Amino acid sequence: MIELKDVKKAFGEKEILKGISAVMETGKTNLIIGTSGSGKTVLQKCMVGLFEVDSGGILFDGKDLATMHQEERKELRQQIGMLFQGSALFDSMTVEQNIKFPLDMFTKWNHSKKITRVNDVLERVNLKDTNKKYPGEISGGMMKRVGIARSIVLNPKYLFCDEPNSGLDPQTSLVIDLLIRDITKENNITTIINTHDMNSVMEIGENIIYLYLGEKEWEGTNKEIIFNKNKKLNQFIFASEFLRDAKDMRMLEEKGIVDNDRNMEEIMRDGGANLVMGEEETETENQNSNPEK
Amino acid sequence: MKLFSTIGSYLLMIKGMFTKPENFKMYWKELMHQSVEIGIGSLWIVSVISIFMGAVSAVQTAYQLTNPLIAKETIAQIVRDTVILEFAPTLVCIVLAGVVGSKIAGELGNMRVSEQIDALEIMGINTKAYLVAPKILAALITIPMLVVLAAALGIYGGRLAGQFAGIVPSDTYDRGLLQSFIPKNVWFALAKAYTFAFIISSVSAFYGYNVKGGSLEIGRASTTAVITSCILILFADFILASILL
Repeated sequence: MIELKDVKKAFGEKEILKGISAVMETGKTNLIIGTSGSGKTVLQKCMVGLFEVDSGGILFDGKDLATMHQEERKELRQQIGMLFQGSALFDSMTVEQNIKFPLDMFTKWNHSKKITRVNDVLERVNLKDTNKKYPGEISGGMMKRVGIARSIVLNPKYLFCDEPNSGLDPQTSLVIDLLIRDITKENNITTIINTHDMNSVMEIGENIIYLYLGEKEWEGTNKEIIFNKNKKLNQFIFASEFLRDAKDMRMLEEKGIVDNDRNMEEIMRDGGANLVMGEEETETENQNSNPEK
Repeated sequence: MKLFSTIGSYLLMIKGMFTKPENFKMYWKELMHQSVEIGIGSLWIVSVISIFMGAVSAVQTAYQLTNPLIAKETIAQIVRDTVILEFAPTLVCIVLAGVVGSKIAGELGNMRVSEQIDALEIMGINTKAYLVAPKILAALITIPMLVVLAAALGIYGGRLAGQFAGIVPSDTYDRGLLQSFIPKNVWFALAKAYTFAFIISSVSAFYGYNVKGGSLEIGRASTTAVITSCILILFADFILASILL
C-alpha cells in the first residue's frame, strides 16, 4: 500500500501539487487521471523518487520515502517496476537483454535461470519468439508488453505505469489494460497508472483519483464515476457527445432501466434517452445550488 | 550566474560517480564496451589524420628551410617535436572532441529524452556511476593510447612524405629523429592527452546527461559539448604549456 499525505511540490514559483492525500491500495489498479498539466506525472515521479517532495509524505507500507536512507531507497527501488509512456527500452539491447538487464544487475543467478525467467515473463505478456529482436523491430504494442515484462521480471511490490496506452489503438490498449490488471491480481501488487484513456478508466479503474490543477478533485471507482456529480470530472471524462450518450446508456443499464441485450434503436424509440437527459438536468441544477467537489 | 550554476552541476555529476557499483561485473562490461567504442571506433580517423598531419608538416618545414647551411636532419627533428608536442595530443584530441564527444553527448541525450536514464534510476541504479564513469574511464584509457599511436604515425607520415617528395632521404630522416631528442616531451604529450581525454568525456557526458526537451535538444547538446570541449582543450593546452615547459 502507498499512502500520500498532503504532498506538495513546486517548481520555482509554480505550485504543481497542492497537498494531495490518497491511498493506493494493494492488489488494486489505482488510476490517476487528469488533464495535461494537472500534475499527475509529477505526482508519479515524486512517488518513484525521481522528484523530491517539498512537504508531506509518501509512505510505502508505512515507511516514509523522504526519511529513508540511501540504502533503504535502493532496496525500495528494486521493489518498484515502471512502465514508461515511450516504453524506455534500451535501444542497443535485444528484447531478451532488456528484460534480463535487472536480473544481471541485481541477482546472482546463473545464465540459464535468468533465461528461464525471461521466457516466463515474455510468455506472461504473450510475447514469444521475440527474444532476439531489437526494440526498433517490434510494434508499439509489443514494446509496451516488453516494458511490462521488464518491469515485473524482479517480482516488484509496486508497479507504476505512465500512460500505458498512449499511441496505441483501442484494441491493443484494452489488451495492455487487461494485462496490467491481471498481473496486479496475480501478484497482489500495488499498481498506479497515469492515464488519459477513458476506456482504461471504465475497464480497470478500481480506485480512481482525479487531479485538477494540482489538487485532488474527486476519488472513487469506475462504477461510481458514472453517477458522479462533479462537474469538472464530468467535463473531463465525458468530453464528447458520444461519451455523454454512452454514459447515459450505462446509467440506464446500471439502474436496470434498460436491458443490455436491447439495441440502441429500441431504447431511443422507448424514450430512454429523454429519461436520462431529464435526470442529468436535475443533477446539474442540484450542483449549481449546492456545489460539491 | 549561469556559468557558476553549470560548473556546480558539472562538479556534482563528477562527485555522484563515486559510489559502490551495484554489480561490478556489469560495470566492467560497460567499461570494456565503451573502451571499444571510443578506442577502436576512433582508430581509423586518428590514423588517417596523423599520417597526413606528419606528411604536411614535413613538406611545409622543408619549404621554409631554404638555407643550405641547415642540415636536412633538422626537418625530421622539427616534425618529431611538433608532432609530439602539439599535433598528436592537441589536434587529435580536437578531432576526438568532435568524434567521441558528439557520440557521448548524443547517446546520453537520447537516453535522457527517451526516459532510459529514468528507467535505470527507478531500478535503483546510480546512472552517473553506471553511464558516465565508464565513459570517462574508457576515454582515459584509450585516448592516451590513440595519442601515442598518432605521434608514431605522424612521424612516419613525415618520413614517407620526405621520401616520396624527394625532400629528405629516409636514412637522413631517421638519423635526424635520434638527434636532440628530449624524453620529457613525451611525458608532456601524455599529460596533455590525459587532461584532454578527461575534458572530452566529462564535458560531453555532462551536456548529454542533462538534456531537457526533445530530439532537437540532443543535437544542440552535442554541438555545445563539442564547442565547449574544444575551447577547454585549447585553454588547458595553454595552461599546461605554461606550467610544464
